[in-house]
Amino acid sequence: MDFQVVVLAGGTSKKLVPLVSKEVPKALLPVANRPVLSYVLEQLELSNIKDLIVVVEGADAALCVGGWISAAYVDRLHVEVATVPEDVGTAGALRAIAHHLTAKDVLVVSGDLVSDVPPGAVTAAHRRHDAVVTAMICSVPVSGLSEAGSSGAKDKTKKPGRYNIIGMDPTKQFLLHIATGAELEKDTRIRKSILRAVGQMDIRADLMDAHMYAFNRSVLQEVLDQKDKFQSLKQDVLPYLVRSQLKSEILINGAPQGQQAKENGNDKVSYRILANASTPSFHELYALGPNGSAPVRRTHKCCVYIASNSKYCVRLNSIQAFMDINRDVIGEANHLSGYNFSAQNNIIHPSAELGSKTTVGPHCMLGEGSQMGDKCSVKRSVIGRHCRIGSNVKVVNSVVMNHVTIGDGCSIQGSVICSNAQLQERVALKDCQVLSLSTSVFLSLSSNEYL
Amino acid sequence: MDARRVSQVVPKVRQVGFVTHSDPNPPPQASRTQSVPIESNSGTPYDSPDFSPVMIPPPRHHSENLSHLRSAAVAVPESSSRRPMWDDRVAVVGSYNPGNSLLGQPVSPNSSEVNSEASTTLGWFGRNSSGKFSAGSSFPGGGFDLTTVKMENFTQLEGKKPEAVPGKGGGGGVEVNNRESSSNTLKAKTTKAERRETQEAQRAAKAAGKAQGNKPVAAAGGAGPSNILRQPSQNRDDPAVGSTIAGSDRRGGDRPPERERKKDVPPPRMQFDDQGRVNKSKKRAVFNQPEAKNRVELFRHLPQYEHGSQLTDLESKFLELDSMHPAVYKVGVQYLAGDVTGGNARCIAMLRAFQEVINDYSTPPGKTLVRDLTAKISSYVSFLIECRPLSMSMGNAIRFQKSRIAKLPLTLSETEAKAALCNDIDRFINEKIILADKVIVRHAATKVRDGDVLLTYGSSCVVEMILLYAHELGKQFRVVVVDSRPKHEGQALLRRLLAKGLSCTYTHINAVSYIMHEVTRVFLGASSVLSNGTTYSRVGTACVAMVAHAFRVPVLICCEAYKFHERVQLDSICSNELGDSNDIARVPGRPDVNSMDNRTNEKNLQFLNLMYDATPSEYVSMIITDYGMVSHIDKKCSFFFLAFLVVC
Repeated sequence: MDFQVVVLAGGTSKKLVPLVSKEVPKALLPVANRPVLSYVLEQLELSNIKDLIVVVEGADAALCVGGWISAAYVDRLHVEVATVPEDVGTAGALRAIAHHLTAKDVLVVSGDLVSDVPPGAVTAAHRRHDAVVTAMICSVPVSGLSEAGSSGAKDKTKKPGRYNIIGMDPTKQFLLHIATGAELEKDTRIRKSILRAVGQMDIRADLMDAHMYAFNRSVLQEVLDQKDKFQSLKQDVLPYLVRSQLKSEILINGAPQGQQAKENGNDKVSYRILANASTPSFHELYALGPNGSAPVRRTHKCCVYIASNSKYCVRLNSIQAFMDINRDVIGEANHLSGYNFSAQNNIIHPSAELGSKTTVGPHCMLGEGSQMGDKCSVKRSVIGRHCRIGSNVKVVNSVVMNHVTIGDGCSIQGSVICSNAQLQERVALKDCQVLSLSTSVFLSLSSNEYL
Repeated sequence: MDARRVSQVVPKVRQVGFVTHSDPNPPPQASRTQSVPIESNSGTPYDSPDFSPVMIPPPRHHSENLSHLRSAAVAVPESSSRRPMWDDRVAVVGSYNPGNSLLGQPVSPNSSEVNSEASTTLGWFGRNSSGKFSAGSSFPGGGFDLTTVKMENFTQLEGKKPEAVPGKGGGGGVEVNNRESSSNTLKAKTTKAERRETQEAQRAAKAAGKAQGNKPVAAAGGAGPSNILRQPSQNRDDPAVGSTIAGSDRRGGDRPPERERKKDVPPPRMQFDDQGRVNKSKKRAVFNQPEAKNRVELFRHLPQYEHGSQLTDLESKFLELDSMHPAVYKVGVQYLAGDVTGGNARCIAMLRAFQEVINDYSTPPGKTLVRDLTAKISSYVSFLIECRPLSMSMGNAIRFQKSRIAKLPLTLSETEAKAALCNDIDRFINEKIILADKVIVRHAATKVRDGDVLLTYGSSCVVEMILLYAHELGKQFRVVVVDSRPKHEGQALLRRLLAKGLSCTYTHINAVSYIMHEVTRVFLGASSVLSNGTTYSRVGTACVAMVAHAFRVPVLICCEAYKFHERVQLDSICSNELGDSNDIARVPGRPDVNSMDNRTNEKNLQFLNLMYDATPSEYVSMIITDYGMVSHIDKKCSFFFLAFLVVC
């Protein structure tokens, strides 16, 4: 279909700093005991995309990611792992691999997207309108808010950059305005010309940018070349394209509009027949000259694809999101995990050993080779591989990664315990993140601390 | 009596005939080869110098059924209702010269173009046209029965006036030639022995047909009698051409078309109330189309889907459809989403997509271009049909496209073949749509006088061009744009007309009877014109035409000739299209009027959103095509010829 897919896997994100490390870059963070990147790759594989480019920031991370991909997808996908320096931003990453891009359109997906929205839908919307860029937006996950309790909700509202203000035309096909949450404090400026051309704009605050974009390749490369200050697709490139859609400065040499002067008179007529018969978007109306003659103004279209509410679509870009996604993937969005759930609605690896009177509730996952002592209780949690958990341990709403040792009588709530961590006896953790690397924890901790 | 009637008919028909230049046979042919070099280059069977395009016997002649059907229609003398019609026509046809002269009137280059086009069409559609007759059309089965019942009758009659048989059976093209020699000589030349031979052959063929089953008969049985039938007429027409040469030539040419015809026959329109077939076709379908639950009983045979989910399902499959060319996919999505509507636009969009397909095509190893590309295009077409049922004009265009592929000479290299095909598509768009529109506009503009009030319904691109052209000519007139829910297509037209400075009145179809008082002429577009003169067009057209008829306002239908179809349709039920029921359930922009919301699945409520209707020819005063104008009274018969011309 003449689409190239670029997966931006990121490097070691600052936002996830206790969880990620040199050994575990963001792309390899486990979600239900699978790296988060695998969700994107599998979704793409489902859509019959076999060739893709995975861009990783930083050489170390690239090595890890590359190693994992080649092991996991050796004969299924043809993946090219490209390394870019750290902190170049998403736009910089694309700039760095520009010479690899050859297809007519490029689909850029963030590697931390856990979603079951078919990528084809975005590309189809893109093609249908001959758009310059099509962004997928999804509703802000309400599931996370309701289930994580009030504390989680407060966290989210505080976090800048999570929210977008998104303006669309009434048909909800075109993007008219986009502002990321960081700009929220400032006044929101909306182009008058756009507003006048459209007549009516829907402004939504309950939607967010899912970071899956379809770009017209030539336009993307042109923008990246011209505006070398642009760092981020989401905060620079996309708003720029949206802003300038009615006075386009870019040369669309793919000429999707067919607006380039057609020498042949007959071509012009057939173009006019086509144009008259199709319902014109506001772009075309705006582009028309005063007397409805040939287009005088150059415009381009920025489209939007809204993932329906029934679809799951969350980005793993914060610790809270990490917890939410882990919970959802084994909970309500369990079709994403790719595991078969038992009758109790949980997944217990056959090699896992459970002590007597230990209960593993629904929406739980117990990885391969993990051992649990007696009288333990696990609720809504993910426990990784080869963990050793003592007796009388309570694990609720938590993520325990691989090779973790937990002493007797511990109580862990709403926490993340990274790989290789060791918890001594009777440690109580609440809303904590425990760093890996053989940290031994003696104390009881609460609320948002990390070691 | 009979003889007189026939001899009367003969010259008149030639006058009406849209190939006015066919009297001197060589000149039009020369112009044809000049203006359309590809035609002759590509090595069609017609490029032999003395093979007149008009004489090409389309395989239809050989299909026994049809020749009988046609001849029976003419030859049954008992029908008292028929004769007046014919006489009428004869009288009027003679007096109806404007249409003819108009054909020649436009600027001289143009007229020659028109003619050359007319003759090229003959070549383009020559081979596969007839297939549709037997299968695809909703041609009433009764017609065939009738012919078989009347068989005895017919054969007897045939003895009396045999010249009618080859004429009518042969269709427009041959007929024109037949008229060269006077009917008297015709009669003299068909000896009794020949006629007997004909009868014998037909009977034999029929017997064979009964024995073998139906399908092979049409092919095998057709060849036998037709040759006999044809040869004498050939002798008569063109003494220069040796009958044996012509005969063998034709016979050589016949075989492939017979097969080809079967291949090109569009499968009979699927009846969507046939559960088994629907299920079968669903398995083949590219994407899921959940069918709407509550369908109106009378229209169950038509596909109706739940519109919302269709698009999302198709969209989500975008990257999975490896075999689908992006251009075709895009067109399909646009059809489905309603981004592209209107017969011409859809046809152009489809052909442009096919052009891209052909450009990107490379023959896979071990396959031939002709076969593989045809199969590919067929699969694309079925995808497009899934997205939205084809219009008849698109059917014609596809048939043309396939015939061009099939006729590619094997000697061409792949790049040459691709270039030739792309060229053909360009030519089709230019000649059949754009040039045709230009000619129609010229014709129709003569019908616009100062002080006229012109009414149009919906948004037809030809009508729009007419209005704009007439405005450019400086004619003073006013336009009434009648529109209807739910599409409000007229608004776009209105906007464009206003932009050009025309003075307009905009009203909805509810008010058509009020506004009709002041209207002097009604211009309507058409999706298709059928061979009984019925106009198949956007729903509401029939209503407007009827009201206009009641007010004695002339109704002019503007339709390109490529949209003509030889199907006969009496109502708009058997073939139609159902739109989204949500469109009529909801009032856009009025969320307060939403009492029908969420009721689309209620059991005792059925929505019917028809897309097309059929306007009977009584309401239509004139049909304007690129071959000329066909007026009210001679329409009935002219349609046969027109349809033939278009299809031949």
